[in-house]
Amino acid sequence: MTTGGGRTPATPDPRATSDSVAASGTVAADPTGDTVLDLRDVHRTHGSGPAAVHALRGVSLAVRPGELVAVMGPSGSGKSTLLTLAGGLDSPTAGEVHVEGQPLHALDRRGLARLRRRRIGYIFQNLNLIGSLTAVENVALPLELDGSRVRAARRLALDALTEVGLLELADRFPDQLSGGQQQRVAIARALVGQRRLVLADEPTGALDSQTGEAVLRLLRRRVDAGAAGVLVTHEARHAAWADRVVFLRDGVAVDSTAPLAGVEALLSGSGR
Amino acid sequence: MSIRHGLLALLERGQMYGYQLRAAFEESTGSTWPLNIGQVYTTLSRLERDGLVRSLPESAAGQRPYEITDAGRADLALWFATPISRSDRPRDELAIKLALALTTPGVDVRAVVQTQRTSTMRTLQELTRLKYSSDRPEDLPWRLALDAMVFHAEAEVRWLDHCESSLVRHRPPAAGPAPLSEAVGHSGEEARR
Repeated sequence: MTTGGGRTPATPDPRATSDSVAASGTVAADPTGDTVLDLRDVHRTHGSGPAAVHALRGVSLAVRPGELVAVMGPSGSGKSTLLTLAGGLDSPTAGEVHVEGQPLHALDRRGLARLRRRRIGYIFQNLNLIGSLTAVENVALPLELDGSRVRAARRLALDALTEVGLLELADRFPDQLSGGQQQRVAIARALVGQRRLVLADEPTGALDSQTGEAVLRLLRRRVDAGAAGVLVTHEARHAAWADRVVFLRDGVAVDSTAPLAGVEALLSGSGR
Repeated sequence: MSIRHGLLALLERGQMYGYQLRAAFEESTGSTWPLNIGQVYTTLSRLERDGLVRSLPESAAGQRPYEITDAGRADLALWFATPISRSDRPRDELAIKLALALTTPGVDVRAVVQTQRTSTMRTLQELTRLKYSSDRPEDLPWRLALDAMVFHAEAEVRWLDHCESSLVRHRPPAAGPAPLSEAVGHSGEEARR
């Protein structure tokens, strides 16, 4: 099924023109106009013959700037596979993945790595922070790997840490931070620079409900500032932060919620 | 909650007339429980009949304020001190619907589950959006009212997830449709294996 879409054109969306407010600077124009992530009839099969596992079986999904899409489903439904394909960490067996209009299959390894470093932010359940680097060094790392000068990378990293409210703790090492603070560093690392696509896999992990909500607010705020986001979760309360929820079962998108109306419509009782 | 106790709680703040009570009620519940003015006046006249409020002389603008009586205060205190009984709630139509879907030939139970899940999920999104739109300290009563609905909707989605995983394990009885009680018992047995 096709689960593309977004806000209805009739609802003016202040997010649509708010790219300039993103904390990490200007964002290049999207060559496709209005779709940051476009999965087209994507299949992913692991193994072959009778032992083959069909993780995804023809999923299409389009995500626009300013739109957060949650993907829900039980274990083994294909949600994490969808996210790794969207981020170019894995390739589909059939179908195409486009990020900002670029078909990932047409990029060579270097081009794909550059796109991943510059345009895609990942927030994993496993934070993958490097223990021997401070918070700001962890956040600056992807920029430095991409060839940025150390000072420029540090400045952008501090911007990102400010965005997640951790500027004062920038020079602490991960083991000097609480679980929630470490998660916020991981989010800053995912948001640093000109990331247009933020992919989050169970980003609230084992955090308590208040800290988990703070993490989702950060993700929501960045998407509201013009990024596109995909959030994989099995928690309904977390998925509820999205504009649209897609349900996966056995590698197929079985349903999705309609895009939400504006808050004003909800308050007046005409939101459904 | 009864509107009756809601109005008593508001009058405990001070005397108010009908329209003020309606506005204050909606403000307290974040418009999640809209009242019409007819409900307010009907409730006030019952409260007055029961001696829990008394009406005061009309103002020059033709508005009649009400104030809480000592008996009203005692009733309100008792309400705050008494837990809400779950047995007072109406029957859960959704649980009944799914139980019947399971034993009615030709019904795609998983589709019933998914249709409800999508609908409840959307409600949850709307509630979350409302919550996100407001984080001023004075909005706390509203946010807590929204949270109650958020938790309720979330519980429903979790229950639907549970129903779906139970359905995957469920083996319908071989011969003909079984009576409802047997089918439910069978499902529970499967789940325990």
